[in-house]
Parts: sequence; structure tokens; C-alpha cells
Amino acid sequence: MTTIAAHTTWMTGRQLRAIARQPAYLVIMLIQPVIWLFLFGSLFRKVVELPGFGAASYLDYLVPGVVIMSALSSSMWSGMTVLEEIDRGIMDRFLVLPLHRSAIINASAVLQSLTVAVQSVIIVLIGWAAGAHYPGGAAGLIVLVAVSVLVAVVFSALSNTVGMLVRQRETIIGINTFLLLPLTFLSTAFMAKTLMPHWMRIVADCNPLNWALEAGRAAMSANPDWPRVLAQGGGLAVLATAVTALSVLTFRAYQKSV
Amino acid sequence: MITQARAPAAAGGAPGTAPAIEARDLVKTYPKGVRALDGLSFAVPAGTVFGLLGPNGAGKSTTVKILTTLAQADSGTATVAGLDVRARAAQVRHAIGVVAQRSGADPTATGRENLLLSGRIQGLRGRELTRRADDLLGRFGLDGAAGRVVRTYSGGMRRRLDVAMGLINRPDVLFLDEPTAGLDPESRSAMWEEIGRLSAAEGLTILLTTHYLEEADRLASRLAIIDRGRVVAAGTPDELKGQLHGDSVQVELAEQVAAGQVLGALERVPAVRDPRVEGNFVSARADEGATALPAVLTALEGAGLSVRAATVARPSLDDVYLRHAGRRFAEADRSHSVATPAGGPR
Repeated sequence: MTTIAAHTTWMTGRQLRAIARQPAYLVIMLIQPVIWLFLFGSLFRKVVELPGFGAASYLDYLVPGVVIMSALSSSMWSGMTVLEEIDRGIMDRFLVLPLHRSAIINASAVLQSLTVAVQSVIIVLIGWAAGAHYPGGAAGLIVLVAVSVLVAVVFSALSNTVGMLVRQRETIIGINTFLLLPLTFLSTAFMAKTLMPHWMRIVADCNPLNWALEAGRAAMSANPDWPRVLAQGGGLAVLATAVTALSVLTFRAYQKSV
Repeated sequence: MITQARAPAAAGGAPGTAPAIEARDLVKTYPKGVRALDGLSFAVPAGTVFGLLGPNGAGKSTTVKILTTLAQADSGTATVAGLDVRARAAQVRHAIGVVAQRSGADPTATGRENLLLSGRIQGLRGRELTRRADDLLGRFGLDGAAGRVVRTYSGGMRRRLDVAMGLINRPDVLFLDEPTAGLDPESRSAMWEEIGRLSAAEGLTILLTTHYLEEADRLASRLAIIDRGRVVAAGTPDELKGQLHGDSVQVELAEQVAAGQVLGALERVPAVRDPRVEGNFVSARADEGATALPAVLTALEGAGLSVRAATVARPSLDDVYLRHAGRRFAEADRSHSVATPAGGPR
């Protein structure tokens, strides 16, 4: 166990250093959510006035939406890194070293979780500076960050699986651009469920992004419905476990295909 | 745990005892039915440089992948440093160093970080690790570039870093898969010198794959020629060349003519054996090439064939390859690249 932990730490540290050496990446990661926050904030400001929307300020409603959308859009590229390391021969070099096999997959999950946790906290702070209210207090915000991390685990593992299976960057780019907006708009990220067409509500119920949003928003409200938070968050955790298991299986298949 | 794992490896690595590498009847078929290895067997005495020589697609890289635990053979067995590569893969990984065909260094990390990470994974810690890393950086002339990210390195520097990374754990067996492929001539000869120095170092066994005949001749004390996944000949370079008896006589004709006409003319020169005609090139063997050449030229001219150029050479590994695989080396390389343009086993 200690070997796994140590190996995972080294492998994560390696990738964190790589990110730290790309200041442009960090800046974009920070600026993009800000753009979403102010773009959608201004564009949809008046939707709260629609009867049945159920929120007083659109900014309050939007912060969790941008947090979860950003968690998706940054973690879904994880497979590109895996693919690049396979193509460059870096993966094979690690595999001929006495490295604990699971450290490779673990490091990817830890890296994505850390990145998205930091990103979520920053968005919450920017939202707060812009005047958003968080009636649920610290507990609500902690749940929001936690579900954003689960979203990152789900979609990075999914992206890694696709990367190892198709071994083609174009496919990952295609799948990601195809998924990002539908997944986001078929959830309550920007629009209250009560105002969605009936079919869209059904789709949203099956959308893991929406589970994260409903759990986060429920926890952030003045009177949190904790059983609901637990049910939605728990569903997301189960999915994260399942997708991680899938990525581990795919990784074993990759090792056999070398 | 790590030190225990190395104990049997060291015992197996003593010169004159068990071979450092032994492959028996390795078979490996890739999906789509490409048979990369077809009953490959060879043994490498401890402390020697062993060359696996063959054209592209002969199965060299697949052999290295199996011996370094990266891939598994469909059947057959292999031991490295006395350890079964399948049953004791984790221990094998502690006992070996691997320099793969493609640089495995992380381009976003510095040379020093790459070395330190490999060392840590191999179980080195603290001062021992940093001393070993600094040693290797100095030895491979990378101390100045150690703090730069590998992306900025030249091809030769990257290759030297790869070798340094392979040596970080003081392996019993070092695998060098095409160590000079893609290097400029200057970097190549520097790498040759370094490999020569490494083999002189105490106890290190090196398995080198190459498709440069010259490289195998120069570096390997023993070699196996492989073709289509099988060993077709094995021995020291001199033994292999010695089997050919005599010099190689090569003649280039002014124009392509029927092979029968050339062979008929050469029948009249008793000193000449094994004549072959490929296009307008004629090759044959003779015990005393320089003495036989005038007679060959006379016979060809007598048959009305005009000669553009003629050479006599001591036997080369290319001749050995031709004799055992039935085709010239460059020809085998070409035919492979035509047969599997892309997506073939790497």
C-alpha cells in the first residue's frame, strides 16, 4: 500500500511540474470560467424573472453551473495526455520499470482531482467577488467542490479509456467537442429544470453532470435536503468507481497489446 | 524487498555460469495474424555484448519487449539474469536497464528529473540517488543540460539521457534497442564508444539490436542473425564470416542480361563458387578474390558482356545474411516496408 502511495505521488508530481511549466495553460484554465461566468451571467440575467425559475439571483444559480461545466471541460482532455505518453514511448518506459501498475492510472485521477478542486474553489471565489451568495455556507461549498471532483474522476477515466482504446487524438477531440455542450445544456447548469421541455427533463435525470449540479445546489441552499444530496452524490460516486474500474481494465488490455 | 529481489540476479550473472539471457522457442503472433516470432532461441553469456541483427520487421523489437517484461510470448520461455520473465517479471524489472527505440524520456521534465524519477522507481533514495544521477549526468556529458527540459535536447543528447536512465539502477543486463537509429554519424560514433566503454565495465551484459551490419560487427562479441522471427545463424562475427570461405567478388555489368548467360560464362572459372545474379550485379565467392578477379573479367568479356566495375571484399555480415536468409539485407528491409506500410508491429 505504501508503495502504491509513494509511486502515485511521484507520478502525480511529475505531471504537476509539467503543468506548472505551462503558464499559458494555467492562465487559460483561470480565464475560461471567468468568461463563462460573465457571459452567461449577462446573457441570461433576466431568466430568473420567468415564473417558476425558483432562484432570486441568476449569478447565485450560475456559479455551480460554471463549476461543474469547467470540471467537465478540463478533465475530458485527460486521455490526450495518456495517448501522447503511449505514442512517445513514455508509457512503455514506465512499464519496464518496477513501477506499481496502478500508480499510472491513479496519478491521472489524482492530478485531475487536484486541478479541478483548485479550479472550483477559484470559480466560487470569483463568483463571491462578483456578488454571488452562498446561503448553504462552507458545508454547501465543500459538497460543490467534492461533486466537481467526482465529475473530474468520471470524465478523466472515461477519456483515458477512450484514449487507450482508439489511440487517435482526432477521435478524442471529436468526442469531446460533441459531448461538451449537449451534456452541459441537457442539465440544469444554466436553466431551471421546471422550465425545460418534458423530454429534456428525462434526459437530464440520466445525465451525471446533472446529478452533480443537483447535489451541489441542494447542499448550497439555505435549508439543504441532505438525503437528496447523498442520493445524487452517491450515484455519482458509484459511477466514478465503475468508470475507473473500466479504465483499469482497458489499461490491462493495453499492456497485453504492446 | 528490493535488495532481496536482486540477490538471485547477481548469482545468475557471474561470468562462466548460467547465461545472462536465455530465450527458448519464443513464439509471438500479433492480432491480424502477423507472426513476429516463430520459435526464436538464443543464449547470451554473462558479461558480453550480444547483437541481435536483422532487417526491419525481423522480430528484434518484439524479442526485446518479451525479454524486458513489456510483452508476453504466446509460447516458449525466457530468463533474464536467471529470472523467468513471465513468473518473476517484477524482479526482472529491478535487474535490467532498457533503452527502447523511441526515447522514453518525458519531454516536459528536465534531464535530471527524468533520471531521479527512474532511480526512485528502482528503489534508490536520498544521497545515493542524487550521487548516482549526478555521476551519470557527468559521464554522459549532460551536466550542463541537466536542468533543461528534455524537449530542448538534440537527438544525440536524448539518446545519451536514455542510456543514463537505463543505467541508474546498475543493472545486470542492459537492453539497447536500435541505440543509434536516427542519429547523425558523429553522435553514432560517440554512442559506439560509450557502448564499448559500458561493456568493459564489470559484469554488465548488453543485448543490442541493430539493423546496421557495421554496428553489429563493431560492437557485438557474439551475435544472432534473425530473419522472419527465427535465428538463422549465430556465433562471433568472425565465425559467421569464416563460414563463408573466401572473399566476395562483385561485378557490375554495363547492362542487364539473362542470368543464364552470366552463369554460363562463370562456369569456366573454377576458382569461383556460389555465383548469383541480381539485375546487372553479379556476386560470387573465391578463396583468393584478387587472383580470381582477372579470370572472372576475362570470362565475362569473352562471353560478350562488358563490365562497368568490379570489387573484391573480405566477407561482410551482409554476405552472411545473404547466405542464411537467401536475400540481401537492404532488400529484406525494403520488402518489409512494402509489405507492412503502417500499423504493423512496432
